[in-house]
Amino acid sequence: MLDAARIRADFPLLEQQENGHRLVYLDNAATTQKPEAVLAAVADYYRTTNANVHRGAYSLAIRATEAYEAARAKVAGFVNAWAPEGVVFTRGTTEALNLVAGSYGRANVRAGDTVVVTAMDHHSNLVPWQILCQEKGATLRMVELTDDGRIDLSDFGRALERRPKIVAFPFVSNALGTVNPAAQLARLAHAVGAAVVVDGAQSTPHLNVDVQLLDCDFYALSGHKMLAPMGSGALVAKPALLEAMPPYHGGGEMISRVWDDHATYNKIPHKFEAGTPNVEGAVGLAAAVDYLEAIGLERIAEHEQALAQVAIDKLTQIDGVTVYGPRDHRAGVVSFTYGDIHPHDIATILDQDGVCIRAGHHCAQPLMRRLNVPATARASFYLYNGRDDVDALAGSLVKAGALFGYVPA
Amino acid sequence: MDTSLPEPKLSTLYQELILDHYRRPRNKGSLEGPTHAVSLTNPLCGDEIDLQLRVDGDVIREARFIGRGCSISQASASMMTQLLKDKPVPQALALAERMTAMMHGDEAAARDKSLGDLRALAGVSKFPVRIKCALLPWNALTDAVKSS
Ligand SMILES: Cc1ncc(COP(=O)(O)O)c(C=O)c1O
Repeated sequence: MLDAARIRADFPLLEQQENGHRLVYLDNAATTQKPEAVLAAVADYYRTTNANVHRGAYSLAIRATEAYEAARAKVAGFVNAWAPEGVVFTRGTTEALNLVAGSYGRANVRAGDTVVVTAMDHHSNLVPWQILCQEKGATLRMVELTDDGRIDLSDFGRALERRPKIVAFPFVSNALGTVNPAAQLARLAHAVGAAVVVDGAQSTPHLNVDVQLLDCDFYALSGHKMLAPMGSGALVAKPALLEAMPPYHGGGEMISRVWDDHATYNKIPHKFEAGTPNVEGAVGLAAAVDYLEAIGLERIAEHEQALAQVAIDKLTQIDGVTVYGPRDHRAGVVSFTYGDIHPHDIATILDQDGVCIRAGHHCAQPLMRRLNVPATARASFYLYNGRDDVDALAGSLVKAGALFGYVPA
Repeated sequence: MDTSLPEPKLSTLYQELILDHYRRPRNKGSLEGPTHAVSLTNPLCGDEIDLQLRVDGDVIREARFIGRGCSISQASASMMTQLLKDKPVPQALALAERMTAMMHGDEAAARDKSLGDLRALAGVSKFPVRIKCALLPWNALTDAVKSS
């Protein structure tokens, strides 16, 4: 395992106390804390390099543009993108997925066509497809899950019999921690001619991702879930697909020539980056990639999976606790309930001990309905979490049980 | 494992009376022939309430609810429906105001006997994110009587 205490020292926020306790931050699937290196990169950008990109003819603007484009190349390398111009900077996963639905989807999906999603998709990989299908008169087919929270491959096969135009799924589930066999799903979907959209919000921060190996068509990621600033993220796509797609937003930067009543568009990726981009976010994202690569994604994945295992072992020893999701092929996300204690009550009680977890539907209401719970409590780990954090979680959970009249095991 | 006792603040929040209403909610279910019905959700945590009233003239004869959610929202709904029985609508709205005041830390409101069992929820005022939970049924009440 990683030396979490040493890593934690790089994260100023984690030195804080919360309600008189050491802050135990276990909501990393929602967002992550930022290391000094990222904070410094953003501050340094504003102190030394800030100017509007792709416009100015002066040296400062050229340096800002170089920093922005270097960040693009860095992100491309991180996920082994097809080419740097196949990386479109977005506000995050949500915007990247809306871009695919709004541009590729609108151009390629017609009445009577099918779009396939899964019952474990985050609302951001579901609602854009609902909107598209409603607009086009297309069918949205949701693939069911197995009882232990994996994509049901036989139902996935049945959904593919409809020869969908688009198949969308998450690489890693934010609510269950399931790591899906993304390359296999992409291969099956391609065999029936579908375009494959992978929600990489929870995989990019935690696994060694190679989009060419996955062989998807579109891959969405969020910077803030991988140590970078909020409002940074990217759509990674096959350049030929982006070339053929209509623009998504209109405005500056995305155009080539503009007449009174029409315009021609810029090259990719700029065609999809209307307006002044989030340069500080891109610069911060590049610094986050450097930080993560220095430690190594394999080691990070191993560390989190080990922590999740320790957490599952400890939590299931508490009488009344149910842990959701598969036993293996899972990431560092542990979703659970405790008897009849509502997850929101659990979160309030844990907060008094400085333990931050998420309680709710995790933007996955169709999944919650299938689990037959209104909500779950969720602890999600990252590289700065250690066994001490799991101990704090379990200890505080026993207190929650005591308040609600459960006897500690 | 750390098994030290919970903070006093938490014990005040999760009192016996609150857990009792959470686990054995009063007036849970639906009414036959309600005159007023409102559904509300708290998007933060997914708490849900369907409140139904039978108002006769100006008096709430009966209030029932169907709900899913945390102990605070469910206990508040249970206590509220008990209190509303046979209350004139203006008095019910005045109670909603007292309840809101108590949630915002008004100590006089927390001692106001007219709030009945609900005074057990006074501790919620120390947990700002939970105030919405306690007020969800009351917001449903206000919506219900004002929408008619
Ligand atoms: C699986 C998954 N998809 C999509 C999102 C949306 O990401 P963002 O809010 O950064 O756009 C999240 C995070 O909330 C997520 O966990």
